[in-house]
Amino acid sequence: MATNRNFRTCPSSGLVFHEPAEKLMRWNAVVAVVFLLVGGLLAIGVTLTRWQAVHLLDPSLFYQVLTAHGLNMLVFWIIFFEIAVLYFASSTLLRCRLATPKMAWLGFWLMILGALMNNYSVIRGDSSVMFTSYAPMGAHPTFYLGLILFAVGALIACFVFFGTLVVARAERTYVGSVSLVTFGAITAAIIAVFTIASGAIILIPTLLWSLGLIEHIDSLMYRTIWWGFGHSSQQINVAAHVSLWYAGAAIVFGAKPMSEKVSRTAFLLYILFLQIASAHHLLADPGLTSNWKIFNTSYAMYLAVLASMVHGLTVPGSIEVAQRMKGYNNGLFEWLRKAPWGNPAFAGIFLSILIFGFLGGISGVMMGTEQLNLIIHNTIYVPGHFHATVATGTTLAFMAVTYFLIPVLFRRKIMFEPLAKYQPYLFGIGMAGVALFMMGAGTLGVPRRHWDISFAGNVFGYEFPGAAWLMMGLMGVSALVAFVGGALYLLITVGSVFLGQKIETPGFKHVGVREGVGALPAAAPDPKGAHAGIGAWGMVAPGTFVLALVFLGSFVLYYFVNWKYLSTVWPLK
Amino acid sequence: MANATQSSNPGPDDLFDEPVPALQQLLDNPFLLLFLGIAIPTVLYIVWGVMEIVSVPIAK
Amino acid sequence: MSAILPPSERVWWKQPLDRVELIWIVIALVWCLIMFFMMPYWHVYGKQNLANEAFRATPAEYLKKTEAMIAQYKVREEGAEGQKVPVVAPPAGSDVYLVARLWQWYPILELESGKSYRIHLMSMDWLHGFSLQPENINVEVHPGYDHVLTVTPTSKGTYSIICNEYCGINHHTMASKLYVK
Ligand code: HEM
Ligand SMILES: [Cu+2]
Ligand SMILES: [Cu+2]
Repeated sequence: MATNRNFRTCPSSGLVFHEPAEKLMRWNAVVAVVFLLVGGLLAIGVTLTRWQAVHLLDPSLFYQVLTAHGLNMLVFWIIFFEIAVLYFASSTLLRCRLATPKMAWLGFWLMILGALMNNYSVIRGDSSVMFTSYAPMGAHPTFYLGLILFAVGALIACFVFFGTLVVARAERTYVGSVSLVTFGAITAAIIAVFTIASGAIILIPTLLWSLGLIEHIDSLMYRTIWWGFGHSSQQINVAAHVSLWYAGAAIVFGAKPMSEKVSRTAFLLYILFLQIASAHHLLADPGLTSNWKIFNTSYAMYLAVLASMVHGLTVPGSIEVAQRMKGYNNGLFEWLRKAPWGNPAFAGIFLSILIFGFLGGISGVMMGTEQLNLIIHNTIYVPGHFHATVATGTTLAFMAVTYFLIPVLFRRKIMFEPLAKYQPYLFGIGMAGVALFMMGAGTLGVPRRHWDISFAGNVFGYEFPGAAWLMMGLMGVSALVAFVGGALYLLITVGSVFLGQKIETPGFKHVGVREGVGALPAAAPDPKGAHAGIGAWGMVAPGTFVLALVFLGSFVLYYFVNWKYLSTVWPLK
Repeated sequence: MANATQSSNPGPDDLFDEPVPALQQLLDNPFLLLFLGIAIPTVLYIVWGVMEIVSVPIAK
Repeated sequence: MSAILPPSERVWWKQPLDRVELIWIVIALVWCLIMFFMMPYWHVYGKQNLANEAFRATPAEYLKKTEAMIAQYKVREEGAEGQKVPVVAPPAGSDVYLVARLWQWYPILELESGKSYRIHLMSMDWLHGFSLQPENINVEVHPGYDHVLTVTPTSKGTYSIICNEYCGINHHTMASKLYVK
């Protein structure tokens, strides 16, 4: 096969790039950022309307813009970026040629076509059905067709990823096991295959229904299978950004996983149990028994929550160990104080962990509890939760790795360095506010996807308490901060990629590697007892342990406060 | 397939005589994981869920 | 050596864990089990649970039952001229039907505090979201599924039912009252 097997070694990072794969990563990442821009502009319209004092858009435009915001952000921005991550984690980290770059391009163009077609249907104005498109509310056929084409493209990308794993093994580009980050990417890709299969099961009949070829789509069947798609896709994000947390710790600190066994087993629990928690969307629905609800919503006894709690410890823990080994071994938190807070790659990852865990994780488990779901189902608490998880946790992790990828992948210097320092804080803290205040308003009953909580002119309207209005206002104000952070990210990345100073390496040549085989990585020695003499209380990462206990304390408290609150509402059985 | 390549790893083979534990072999086998990651949610979530939905009784 | 490189040892499964990981895994596992058992526990000892009671029904049948209930227990009408909605005061313990449709809750219910009612929820068209404020009880309402909740209002007052599942362009106008005497 006369495939292009050119590799280059990145002079700044030492990573080995297969050039066709590199080009795919660049294009997927660039397109992702374009969708982030679109989704971000739409977020302005959505937020300034829900901020009742501003109430910018009229209802039909609001619902249309909200539909487009959800899709462009949650689906197109996130998944294009994830495809870039998959190619990076397979081809680059395994020093292997990408399997079938031609197929990968086919997938790419299908995804583009699908994304454009789906946006077209929403722009038409007859498909303001939100990204969930719950049947029997129908959209234009191009809405579903666009999503299906996009999903097929993404599926192709997953198979290119798996194919690359096979090539790497066959051509022996690595010894033993794949890297932990690659393993995390495998987790993400596996979840993606299940996700896309569920999507196909439900979206294809819905497409046929919208064309008039099928009589009836059952609303409960739709919601059940659709969430197998809709929620599992969120779990792809979790697996992907957790991998990037590990990658960030490795790149910024040279951190080594505390234990391969623990981290990989935690990923295994994701593979086995993460997807079934899609059931937490159906806790307030009729027709499904409590047995199904409890077992599935709890990820089979919260085993996947256990996994997340493990990652939440081991990523900062590995950073702590690396820092202590460097000599920041005093007290509990010297390692953290002396962390590179001005490096946006680190700051982004750290805030991602913090906000995902404290705001997204705790609220997610709370509302995924069968009975507790009753007091928040479909309130704006729900978008509050996922703006902490995917809109901040995942998005911020992706933003953080871009600061690493721009010099490495695009060979450009980061522009506006002083601004880049503040970007993760502005976006992260702004979004944390957005998430927190939405959750606050949701606790007071404010509905999601709702144009007018004042019920103007409605004889039966409900008057929300002043606190709810205040929360929505504070959400708007926090969003302004997040918009500045988001705009800075776009400015910095677009500026650097197109106008940034080129990084030239004198004498740099492309290297054609022998039959596609990259050079073997030098296995660094890892002497037993290397960690002797660091830490306290017989632990290598006591500071992280204290942080983890703080997390657990907040978790337990918040969880039981909500049970207390539930116990005061009307008895129901 | 995964096991076949295990023994053909490059490098001094005599260092590699320690058997790889079963669970590590599972974690090193992406296709077995792919199978599990699809089969488990399909059975527990989709099949079980759909069975419950179709068995909802008809109102009198 | 690091998370982005293959593990340096061929067999990493047997590496010992550090104490910090071990203790945390045990703590986290215990907490996960507590959270899991809270759900069945609440089914036995808690008072707020959704029953697994639901029936497949057609909108026409369901509407017929609703109209029959209204004919029997209607006490007055409320609302703007031309769009009056009946108010019903069904007896305690009875089957109470609430219709969700674009974009209205029908009829208005008047219940007694401390008494239990079998409230049925069903949609005539698309999905709707039953959201009782300020109690903040939220239940998904499907077309084709008659969902039965046995509810006991605990305090008197005027409550609102709003729709919190997006149901099209007038979703935000779909609101109603519920009286507890
Ligand atoms: C500056 C950043 C952002 C702001 C201020 C923002 C704000 C909002 C607001 C106010 C809503 C409406 C909630 C409702 O009425 O139900 C919303 C919905 C949503 N946002 Fe964002 N958002 C931002 C970024 C993101 C990102 C990065 C993502 C995903 C990666 C995202 C995903 C979503 C989704 C999926 C919805 C739900 C749409 C629906 O209910 O159908 N947002 N956002
Ligand atoms: Cu409605
Ligand atoms: Cu509605």
